[in-house]
Amino acid sequence: MSEVLLKVQNLCKSFFNVRVLRDVGFELRRGAVLGLVGENGSGKSTTMNIIGGVLAKDEGLIELDGRSIAPTNSRDAQALGIAFIHQELSLFPNLSVEENLFLDHFPRLTSALPFIDRRKLRELARKALELVDLKVAPQTPVLRLPPGERQLVEIAKALSRQARLIIFDEPTTSLTAREAERLFEIIRRLRAQGISVIYISHILGDVMRLCDDIVVLRDGQVVASEPRVNFTIERLVTLMVGRTIDQLFPERAPVSGPRRAALTVRGVSQPGVVKDISFDLNLGEVLGVSGLMGSGRSELARILFGLDPYSDGEICVGDTRLVPLSPRSAMDRGMAFLTENRRGEGLMMEASIADNIVLPSLIEQSHGFAHFLRPAQLSGVARGVAARVQVNAKTIDRTAVRMLSGGNQQKVVIGKWLLRAPSIFILDEPTRGIDVGAKYEVYKIINEMVEGGAAILLISSEIEELIGMADRIMVMGRGEVRSFCERANFDRETLLSAALWD
Amino acid sequence: MNRLNTHTLYALALRLAPLSLFAALFIAFGLLSDRFLSLANFRNILTQSAHVAVMAIGMTFVLLVRGVDLSVGSVMYLVAVVMGLYLTGLPLVLQIPIILMIGAIFGAVNAWFVTRLRIAAFIVTLATLFIGRGLALYFSETKMVFQSDAVQTLGRSSFMGVPWAIWIAAVVAAAAWVTLTQTPYGRQLYAVGADLESAAKAGIRVKPIVFSVFCICGACAAVGALISASEVGAAAATFGYQMEFPVIAAAVLGGTSLFGGRGGVFGSIFGAALVQTTENGLVMLNANPYLYPLVNSLIIFVAAFVDGRRRVLTERLEQRKIRTEA
Repeated sequence: MSEVLLKVQNLCKSFFNVRVLRDVGFELRRGAVLGLVGENGSGKSTTMNIIGGVLAKDEGLIELDGRSIAPTNSRDAQALGIAFIHQELSLFPNLSVEENLFLDHFPRLTSALPFIDRRKLRELARKALELVDLKVAPQTPVLRLPPGERQLVEIAKALSRQARLIIFDEPTTSLTAREAERLFEIIRRLRAQGISVIYISHILGDVMRLCDDIVVLRDGQVVASEPRVNFTIERLVTLMVGRTIDQLFPERAPVSGPRRAALTVRGVSQPGVVKDISFDLNLGEVLGVSGLMGSGRSELARILFGLDPYSDGEICVGDTRLVPLSPRSAMDRGMAFLTENRRGEGLMMEASIADNIVLPSLIEQSHGFAHFLRPAQLSGVARGVAARVQVNAKTIDRTAVRMLSGGNQQKVVIGKWLLRAPSIFILDEPTRGIDVGAKYEVYKIINEMVEGGAAILLISSEIEELIGMADRIMVMGRGEVRSFCERANFDRETLLSAALWD
Repeated sequence: MNRLNTHTLYALALRLAPLSLFAALFIAFGLLSDRFLSLANFRNILTQSAHVAVMAIGMTFVLLVRGVDLSVGSVMYLVAVVMGLYLTGLPLVLQIPIILMIGAIFGAVNAWFVTRLRIAAFIVTLATLFIGRGLALYFSETKMVFQSDAVQTLGRSSFMGVPWAIWIAAVVAAAAWVTLTQTPYGRQLYAVGADLESAAKAGIRVKPIVFSVFCICGACAAVGALISASEVGAAAATFGYQMEFPVIAAAVLGGTSLFGGRGGVFGSIFGAALVQTTENGLVMLNANPYLYPLVNSLIIFVAAFVDGRRRVLTERLEQRKIRTEA
């Protein structure tokens, strides 16, 4: 038993003659947590996919426990004791927890016949769930579990297969703060048991708290590989982007003149969702909304945009009350909504960038009574917007959105709403899962809009983002407004405790 | 009342919709016809629904992996024709395995196009629907095909007081239930239906599973043919015509989703009974024959509607993030 569990040397990989990995090398000790950070497209996923057997390497050496390995599919990797927990969990909601745990190796009554030994299955499942401290009945359908518990099931699955190395790819994106804490606790426990962990995340604060060593990738190369104590978040950011970002948040020119309310919300309630929500959103300001996932912040956004109903209260845009509120009427009043789920709700993944951008503005860009479209005009308009939000792609007309990185996809979503020149823009987690550089650009776009007099409702799980961007912060919890905080009094601790308080 | 509760109630209402429909039809027919509510008639309904039930069970396998098989009616006719023309000299114990093979092979053809050439199941089986019937009509020259004495005797006799049709359906149902709930294959089937790509990632061999369900469905259609042909004693050119509708309706009414990953054996049996009860009731009432398709389409509509709403509801539940636990 050597001290080093995983050793990667000179790993190279090219796609269509484009080098995505160049001599990547690092070591992972037994029972250590290795943080892997880098911008989108820096090669983190490629590296992990090679180790996890999803992709084949071109060159290089991967040693597990002193033996050279080259898994060719995820089954191979599993057999070697490597478990890969993807951002999108691979559980089946229509099956029970126990069935998910043992889906590809059910215990059988007799080895000759294909009948499941239900009793043994339950017993094994119970043991596996104990390892992650998950107290649910093994026969519960996964459908009933919240995201955090689903993740624990996934970890239990890895542990029940005697995983020696567990790779987590952005595990906290769909977790509440509390669930994330629980996950970190489990990861620490795994470490204590001698299991090694590779932890990929954009949330640098988590990486700093959790990891023993950190590897920073940039453009397919390792730019730093050191113990955590040698890093600060600022240094990580500098290493990742390759240039110093003096400020993570761009400056914004203050908007002068009296405050005018763009959106007035009074006593909006919907049983089980939000309760008695009142606030004003002024033109030329960013109102940050903080709160844990499940605090009702995203639900509130959906109500404001007319996607979900509300039973009491009123929502006014300017001076007019919106009844009935529908996405169409909200849009006609200059509202725009960026959902937190850009894959599912915000984009047509197979369509081109241009098609996505012009989609909500087709009527405005059409001509005559029959609303004829002029392709040349549309593509010109789309190109203008794409340039404004700085989408990096070869062709706006032909590149499918699916091909873009997360950050660029997000810019496309923002761009499609910008085209409508909204005066009220609701942004739900606009920077989730995108890298530091792209974040900065998203912030710049937000600032430009505010300077132009628009009102922004910025919903975010990242306290730093709210502190950096918002003029005021509204803290939500359990579907209610907990408190308001003016820019002068912003304080990380206060905001967090306001959100966490029950 | 909080949102979770209204959701649960709504889900319950959806689950009970087919059952309520069943009850409503039952009461309506009972009031309108004095012959409907009798033990003999119930027995009749059960026997008549046996072949639909068996075929709906086969269809359930296909629907579970998000497929569909429109060719079941044609398989039914093809099997009945082959049985009546070429297998009359053989004893029943030989006839049965042969027709099962024919059904399974027909299913394998469907499966090959779906898994190998990646053509949508809807299109493939729409084509084989016409091919199967065309082939059978070529054999029968559109004439009535009579079944052997052995087959006809099967349709008339009972075992322990229960008609053979019901025994056969019961055996198929039991085998299907065990397969779906007690074997790794069955559980993996549900996984494939929920998310094909994830299933492949989880190390499940997806293609053989998708392939097999079409064979199972074909074989079940053959069993349906045996039951139905034994009762009628012969197969006219319209034998099994448009059977895909009651069969799919039965499966979906029984809670099997057209979107895959959800459903089971008992639901399909219930659905078959519901479909057949309607048919029977309309006959009892001497209803205008032009009314049948209208009533049948209404039932199919209810089935599809309930399925669609249920899917929306599950998606909502998936989305819901506010939890009482907080």
